[in-house]
Amino acid sequence: MADETLTNDASMVQLLSPDGVLQTGGVAAEYLPYIEALSDDDLGQFHRDMVVTRRFDLEATNLQRQGQLALWPPSHGQEAAQVGSARATRRQDHIFPSYREHSVAMIRGLDVFEIVKIMRGTTNGGWNPADHGNFHLYTLVLGSQALHATGYAMGVTLDGATGTGDVDRDEAVIVYFGDGSTSQGDVSEAFVFAASFQAPEVFFLQNNQWAISVPVSVQSRIPLFQRSIGFGIPGIQIDGNDVLASYAVTRKNLDDARSGGGPRLIEAFTYRIGAHTTSDDPTKYRESGVVADWVLKDPITRFEKFLRSRGADDAFFARIDTEADDFAADLRHRTVDLPIPDSDKIFDNVYSEPHPVMAEQKQWLADYEASFGGEA
Amino acid sequence: MTITDTTATTDIGTTTELPLVKALNAGLKKALQDDPKVLLMGEDIGPLGGVFRVTEGLQAEFGTNRVFDTPLAESGIVGTAVGLAMRGYRPVCEIQFDGFIFPAFDQITTQLAKLTSRHEGLLSMPVVIRVPYGGHIGAVEHHQESPEAYFAHTPGLRLVSPSTPNDAYWMIQEAIASNDPVLFFEPKSRYWHKGPVDFGASAVPLHSSRVVRTGTEVTVIGHGAMVNVLLQAAELAESEGTSIEVIDLRSLSPIDYAPIVASAQKTGRVVVASEAPGFASISSEIAATITEKAFYSLEAPVLRVTAFDTPFPPAKLESTYLPDADRVLEAVDRALAY
Repeated sequence: MADETLTNDASMVQLLSPDGVLQTGGVAAEYLPYIEALSDDDLGQFHRDMVVTRRFDLEATNLQRQGQLALWPPSHGQEAAQVGSARATRRQDHIFPSYREHSVAMIRGLDVFEIVKIMRGTTNGGWNPADHGNFHLYTLVLGSQALHATGYAMGVTLDGATGTGDVDRDEAVIVYFGDGSTSQGDVSEAFVFAASFQAPEVFFLQNNQWAISVPVSVQSRIPLFQRSIGFGIPGIQIDGNDVLASYAVTRKNLDDARSGGGPRLIEAFTYRIGAHTTSDDPTKYRESGVVADWVLKDPITRFEKFLRSRGADDAFFARIDTEADDFAADLRHRTVDLPIPDSDKIFDNVYSEPHPVMAEQKQWLADYEASFGGEA
Repeated sequence: MTITDTTATTDIGTTTELPLVKALNAGLKKALQDDPKVLLMGEDIGPLGGVFRVTEGLQAEFGTNRVFDTPLAESGIVGTAVGLAMRGYRPVCEIQFDGFIFPAFDQITTQLAKLTSRHEGLLSMPVVIRVPYGGHIGAVEHHQESPEAYFAHTPGLRLVSPSTPNDAYWMIQEAIASNDPVLFFEPKSRYWHKGPVDFGASAVPLHSSRVVRTGTEVTVIGHGAMVNVLLQAAELAESEGTSIEVIDLRSLSPIDYAPIVASAQKTGRVVVASEAPGFASISSEIAATITEKAFYSLEAPVLRVTAFDTPFPPAKLESTYLPDADRVLEAVDRALAY
């Protein structure tokens, strides 16, 4: 499709070809040292992250189909972009997700069951980022989190917690958003603020080419990684289905940002294999042939070929598949066992400090429910 | 708790006459001195000191890391303030004029107001948004509005509005000390009016309303610049033999109803006044609540005196559009006629 050639740039960084062969020439060369520094265990972990995430996604989608979840936004097809970039973050970094970054959450140490709770309707968030790998809450208003991330990064600079030259201590911020969000004013304003204050921040744009039913060509007539350049923020495009490119380019750009280099944009050029959410029907707006082409570029299949070429055997892959199945089964049990929250939750924590209206209405509801003699 | 006697503390010898704008400046300076996490951010607040000079001299004193000019983007100001608050700062944002708050409406209502709840109390949002509001300055469109009701409708926010320099000095510090987001509506037509500021007093609770003139026949209620109009009306009424009690709301969300209900029960007649259009307004909310809480004491329906339900007109018509003492007294007469 014309839409895809528009956004797939010749300068795109790809370290693994779709048939799993490591690229060494051209734009890839600069990033190879990052890959050479990875152990077999590290690479195996990348695969495990992607497979478990996909299995998790499938289970959550099934739970939604069975009426156990209100909604599910699948990340199918985007595992490489997410896993590579998340594995590139350092312990002290802060992560501001949109609402599809399930594998990033998992890698940063958040029990993704917390995300399931949101989609089941028992909470709107409810974790403290500081206790879960600095992984902040999902944000459903598109692009809003780009400003939060930028403000946070401005605070990191004010604290003097970045730019000292110690990559193991200097902090950086990464914010995830999609191609649709790039049209939101908040993303442009975040570019302006990040550039003005030289925030230590990486804007990680997953261009999955579809904003629900609208193709990326409606959001932009230029490749999206070029969008930030006019704001004074360097942009780079990577093959978003290549976990090694995602890892290496994010690693470099986060380290550049934490070293005083200012903000950066990475566009991960990928494809949303599934629906936007379970409420959506992609057959109404896109051609099955294009989807099939993208399935051939699948990030997990590609990486499996690479690992096999390095000696990984059937037993390794079978073991990970079993782990993923166990993870999914456990998730299902925990989901269906989730209790309905107490009605006090409506009022608690709307404010941090006591509030007379909350107290009055909470008491009223308690009295009202009690008036039914326990039958409410 | 309500303090009705403002003269009790003046004998400490710490009282100074200041215009409201200087009192705010002094309050902000004190907040910056008291807590290194307090930041001031907004458009033109640095070397210029803000278009109303509220922050004059503060950047020179506290440096560009504490008091800084932002890009010209209101959503960006509030959105980055949210991030700074997540980092442990206490940002105080200046929105240059009331009518320019709307580009930030999304960040204020969908993010700032909900993030404490979304985090289930694990994170607080100590952000103050200062908004010079209201008319009577002969300004062009978007520079004279009273948008309080849009925000009062949003759970998770607190709204306050001082009417005097003394309240301005204390309330801005209390707003900054609050762990919840506070919208701080500054009556810009009162910026250059002087009043006593008692630096030695202790602050009264931020969310308390206050009887500022006692009377027996009709209660009139308002906030910000309207309080002065109500006091004028009370003065005029007194010369004609009518005793009016004036209540300064001070807090628009939550509203401190105890003094309001007590006054309504005493006088039986209530007029609520504001510069905002009356439809679905804070005045409407107060009228409804008084009816619920003081029904058997009322001798007349609670009346509203507000701006008309139209866009703010060109400045040469603003004195007709905004309620003045005569319009308040017209409503007082109607209340007394029941």
